[in-house]
Amino acid sequence: MRFMMIMIPNISDEADWSPSAEAVSAMSRYNDELAKAGILLSLDGLHPAGKGARVSFSGGKANVTDGPFTEAKEVIGGYWLIQAKSKQEAVEWASRCPAAEGDVIEVRQVFEMSDFPPEVQAAAAS
Amino acid sequence: MAVASEKLAIEAVWRIESPVLIAGLTRIVRDVGLAEDLAQDALVIALEQWPESGVPENPGAWLMATAKHRAIDVLRRNKRLAQKQKQLAGELELQGDSVEARLEASIEEQVGDDLLCLIFMCCHPVLSEQARVALTLRLLGGLRTEEIARAFLVAEATLAQRIVRAKRTLAEAKVPFALPDVDELGERLSSVLAVLYLIFNEGYTASAGENWIRADLCEEALRLGRILAELTPQEPEVLGLVALMEIQASRLGARVGATGDPILLLDQDRKRWDRLLIARGLAALERAEQLGGSLGPYALQAAIAACHARASEPQDTDWLRVAALYEALAQLAPSPVVELNRAVALASAFGPAVGLEALDPLLGEASLQNYHLLPSVRGDLLARLGRFEEAQGEFQRAVSLVGNTRERQLLLDRAAACAWEAGRQS
Repeated sequence: MRFMMIMIPNISDEADWSPSAEAVSAMSRYNDELAKAGILLSLDGLHPAGKGARVSFSGGKANVTDGPFTEAKEVIGGYWLIQAKSKQEAVEWASRCPAAEGDVIEVRQVFEMSDFPPEVQAAAAS
Repeated sequence: MAVASEKLAIEAVWRIESPVLIAGLTRIVRDVGLAEDLAQDALVIALEQWPESGVPENPGAWLMATAKHRAIDVLRRNKRLAQKQKQLAGELELQGDSVEARLEASIEEQVGDDLLCLIFMCCHPVLSEQARVALTLRLLGGLRTEEIARAFLVAEATLAQRIVRAKRTLAEAKVPFALPDVDELGERLSSVLAVLYLIFNEGYTASAGENWIRADLCEEALRLGRILAELTPQEPEVLGLVALMEIQASRLGARVGATGDPILLLDQDRKRWDRLLIARGLAALERAEQLGGSLGPYALQAAIAACHARASEPQDTDWLRVAALYEALAQLAPSPVVELNRAVALASAFGPAVGLEALDPLLGEASLQNYHLLPSVRGDLLARLGRFEEAQGEFQRAVSLVGNTRERQLLLDRAAACAWEAGRQS
């Protein structure tokens, strides 16, 4: 099974957020630990949401809004994709993250084709 | 619900911590069975305390310290340990030390090679192949006996017995808890890699039964392979095996049809191949190649798998390279099946006549007499050369050897088509 651990950092102003050397080295030790455990499939950190854009859909149209976004509260800062035997195992790994006060990691299982009913699988194959 | 999820949470901690814990304890008490018992005791203590005190900052170190303290406690009462101590007397006298003193001294200590030593121990040649697999999944994979038994379709009691006997064998043979000597390192590493690939293939070739458990075996073998690659970053064959497993696992979703029938490599829907695993496999192969030297059997097989993985359509396959890699593989690890694959690659690169010629030496091969792929490949090449009557005969022979119903139908269809073409020719 695969799980995505989605980091939602507690940052008040992401525009001038920059992590300390200490925090970065703690995080890279954590990433090493995931790799040494043979479970880390991939990971990425994301540029601030304010530098990105949002594409929203209504009335069959795509509407683009460029950042920064005023109402944004919970913003994704990065993710890890890991292999685990159970949700509890993924949660256990997430719990070990050297996260900062107020950070949140959301743990979500990744869909496999076999999770879908046969007709959905057939539609994906066509 | 609460009980079930707590059980899974405990299992998760066990799976993460137990291999290093058991390895560290084995180094001290010199008995892998006793080490496992102590590790389990520590886990039980953790389960009592953690819900109250919270999970400690470093659960691994906490468990190790607890297990060692526990060992000291038990040491004073337990006959088994006392006996063990007697066995070790000679060595300990030399050191002027007791197990107890050693335990106390080692509470803060961490040795990096412990896990690697445990891996070599689980795959020790003194054990049968089955025992190596069971012990590896149990001690390194942290799987429950019942899970391993289900995955290998044997009774739980049988598997439990196998593990008990394996531990006894290790103790009786006085297998040292140490890295192999330089002169036997290659052989011992091969044994470890063979065990991991065996576990992987057990999952990969699963055609019946509880498939999800079997797919878990592939993931587990991959995970253990990645752990080994982290511990031995300079070993090209370890990286080669990891690359091979990553690339093969990338096809897991594409190799079985909607009705559960196997789909052959060239017929698979390549859009369903897992790009992430392919990228990981190619990266591992590149690291193996960068280490220099000629590629070993696993890296060569990975390089062949990579040729297929890089081709977005079957006709894009670099068959020339596949043929060359099979040639290299045939020299390192000669086998009729490798020769057969080489002939297929040659046929794809240079045409059916060349492939047919490469098959000729295999016709008298005893081990291939009941292998349906030989006549089936031969039939295909003959048909492509317009020799339909001979082709029909080969397909008929293949039909008589094949087990899978879908493949059988495919071969029957081809035999019939050849018969029709042959009739037109005469």
